[in-house]
Amino acid sequence: MLAYYLDLALRSLRRNKVLTTLMVLALALGIGATITTLTVLRLLSGDPLPQKSAQLFYPQIDPNTKDGYVPGQTKPDELMTYPDAMNLLKAHHGTHQAAMALTQAKIMPKQANAHPFFSDAVMTTSDFFAMFDVPFQYGGGWSASDDESKAQVVVIAGFLNDKLFGGANSVGRVIRIGDHDLRIVGVLKPWAPQPRFYSQNLGGRSYGDGDAAFLPLQTARAMEMGPQDTECYAAVPDIQHLETAPCEWLGFWVQLDSDEAVAGYKSFLDGYVKQQVALGRFQRTETSLLDLMGYLRQEQVVPDDVRLQAGLAFGFLLICVVNTVGLLLAKCLRRSQEIGVRRALGATRKEIFRQFMVEAGMVGLAGGVLGLGLAELGLFGIRHQPAEYASLAHLDLSMFALTFVVALVASLVAGILPAWRACVLAPAPQLKAA
Amino acid sequence: MDIRPILSTLRRHKITALLLVLEIALTCAIVCNAVFLISQRLQRTEMASGVVEHELLQVTVANIGKPADAKARAQEDLALLRRIPGVTAAALVNQVPFTNSSSNTSIKLDPAQKLPTLNATMYMGEGLIKTYGARLVAGRDFNADEYMDYDNMRADPNLQSKVGSVVITQALAQRLWPGQSALGKNIYLGDTSVRVIGVMQALIRPSLFMGDDAAQWTMVFPLRLSAASASRYVLRTAPGQRESVLDGAAKLLRKADPHRIILHKKSLDDIRSDFFQNDRAMAGILVGVIVALLVVTALGIVGLASFWVAQRRRQIGVRRALGATRRNILNYFQTENFLLATIGIALGMVLAYGINLFLMLHYELPRLPAVYFPVGAVVLWLIGQLAVLGPAMRAAAVPPVVATRSV
Repeated sequence: MLAYYLDLALRSLRRNKVLTTLMVLALALGIGATITTLTVLRLLSGDPLPQKSAQLFYPQIDPNTKDGYVPGQTKPDELMTYPDAMNLLKAHHGTHQAAMALTQAKIMPKQANAHPFFSDAVMTTSDFFAMFDVPFQYGGGWSASDDESKAQVVVIAGFLNDKLFGGANSVGRVIRIGDHDLRIVGVLKPWAPQPRFYSQNLGGRSYGDGDAAFLPLQTARAMEMGPQDTECYAAVPDIQHLETAPCEWLGFWVQLDSDEAVAGYKSFLDGYVKQQVALGRFQRTETSLLDLMGYLRQEQVVPDDVRLQAGLAFGFLLICVVNTVGLLLAKCLRRSQEIGVRRALGATRKEIFRQFMVEAGMVGLAGGVLGLGLAELGLFGIRHQPAEYASLAHLDLSMFALTFVVALVASLVAGILPAWRACVLAPAPQLKAA
Repeated sequence: MDIRPILSTLRRHKITALLLVLEIALTCAIVCNAVFLISQRLQRTEMASGVVEHELLQVTVANIGKPADAKARAQEDLALLRRIPGVTAAALVNQVPFTNSSSNTSIKLDPAQKLPTLNATMYMGEGLIKTYGARLVAGRDFNADEYMDYDNMRADPNLQSKVGSVVITQALAQRLWPGQSALGKNIYLGDTSVRVIGVMQALIRPSLFMGDDAAQWTMVFPLRLSAASASRYVLRTAPGQRESVLDGAAKLLRKADPHRIILHKKSLDDIRSDFFQNDRAMAGILVGVIVALLVVTALGIVGLASFWVAQRRRQIGVRRALGATRRNILNYFQTENFLLATIGIALGMVLAYGINLFLMLHYELPRLPAVYFPVGAVVLWLIGQLAVLGPAMRAAAVPPVVATRSV
């Protein structure tokens, strides 16, 4: 029976080519706009570490003074001071934990004619690699004792290894950063979580190739490398000695593998803050322990512009659907006589309804195919936009499938009213009129 | 023209008429808001900076290792730069408008105040105001003997209290002391106080992270920077000579000290254009959406009107046979469309206002100005009339003889 409906639908659509083209075109425009913005929205609100994100948590505490404090309402700060990060690190309360800050590394190539250049770098502690499942091409990370002894070691990204050593195994070789020689202990496989969640508050970019070099925190600080972003909450006697200044400049992540571990860590964090209050270091008791995706939501990584565009695209799709309803209705009312004949020859209301829904679905499918082309065109446009996520905007398989789901749903919703009107039509008057 | 026959016809086509009204209403609502968003974005890109943008160039350098004598290095660099033909002024500064990298501090009007009054940005660098071409509206620029070495101050925090003077923008002065002269008043940074000695017309913050309202909360301090504490050289030159001066400056700086990297060299016009490129891109997308929307709506009107004309061929024939002129038939369809469009527009205005309220709540947008409503109405009326013209003319061309055929 479906084949028959398809044949009928095709005939009917062919009979009025202009109207059919109008319907398909309008629907395709709406679908194209919706899929384009949805792709960007999904890209921006995606999970940067799908296999690990549920176990990664971001503890937040608040070393600010009492001024402006509203107990229970003030949110704890995004970054941490050095003493607090070190206290939490040394407590070893999670499976893994690491403190980190972003910095700029001046890298001096050994080649004679190469210019020195700046690269994004991370100053962090040894657990960083194991906690974030960072994949190594050669070698591995450094140890906790390297952290303590300010070992002159570094882990470099694959793209930096390609640039400096032509992609060869460079573990054990020496790279000059600033005016220090550091021994390479590991080379990463391509690793660039999107968005770069750990750099959200550290003054770095959110998208792109990822960081080029990873140095032990103490080593980098001894080399006078400074963090990209520093927030001070009291008068600063000496900004050079960030370790003792009343300034927050470190991000801190912890891996917790079970619900009990999360609850345990939260109470540990509350206990730590109470202890600091008792010591007179802290005045505020708020703490927070968000998981990775919760943290990204709090940080509102999806820009307002993108959400606005998505809203606009849905409004557009809505108008296109209303437009399609009107045109389908017009078509179906014009065919009252044909419906009358079919009903008189024994077609039930259900069958008429189905026939018209099949026709609407065909319009939807055609709109979907054309919409897919328009979405590709839209994404091509997005890739030429100035945003830093621009180059990542591609249609993947799931968005490909979603295009057709959206197209079918939109057209079937649009088809319900016309199909219902068609099937409730009384056959006798139509036959008389003919 | 009598609209009663139109109304009675429309009553027989309630659903199709309703759909058309709905489509026009939604289009009206979205287009009004989208045009408003575009105007907001374009207005933002026009934001005044207070500096002579077309004459300014920035060269940023980075030292490899520590320069041996950072203060002498900076003075030598500046002397070299000033000697380039076409350069009228040069300064080593800590920040440049539209570069997104800024140094800010919270300030108080009274040291006993618990919470700071606001957060303002700190510009510094010898000769900065003159090089930037910022216009003073009250007071004076710093005297040569007022400048202190920033490096000395960093090494000895006690020197902070010796800075003494500051030049601020008019906007900041108005915010801190509404309706009063700011000259001679004190601002407190932590425990140290500085006296306002000059007021500039404008000098925009390098980064608008605190929102556009705080864009002009700016202070300039009489501090001299060194090659160790700053990396941004700003040159002022005639607009026609920017390219050659920029190339010359980069070469000179690298030659004077090979132990450094030239990170960027750009004119302030280019820097500004990069800063607002997201706004321009968004405005472009919105224009595309508006055009597509209007086209879809117009096509929808064409489709429905064609259907109605086809359906009423006999009715039209009868009217023609009874004496109606072609013009009468044309007017009939035009009036019908006008009626539907008017209802749609009225509904659309309410919807537009609702969407605007939602946007005001979630995206900190101002209220939609009333002028958008009549303009939006006229645009949609025009589009409706244009779209219906084709089908209406086809209707007018129906010959009276149709009435006698195929009953």
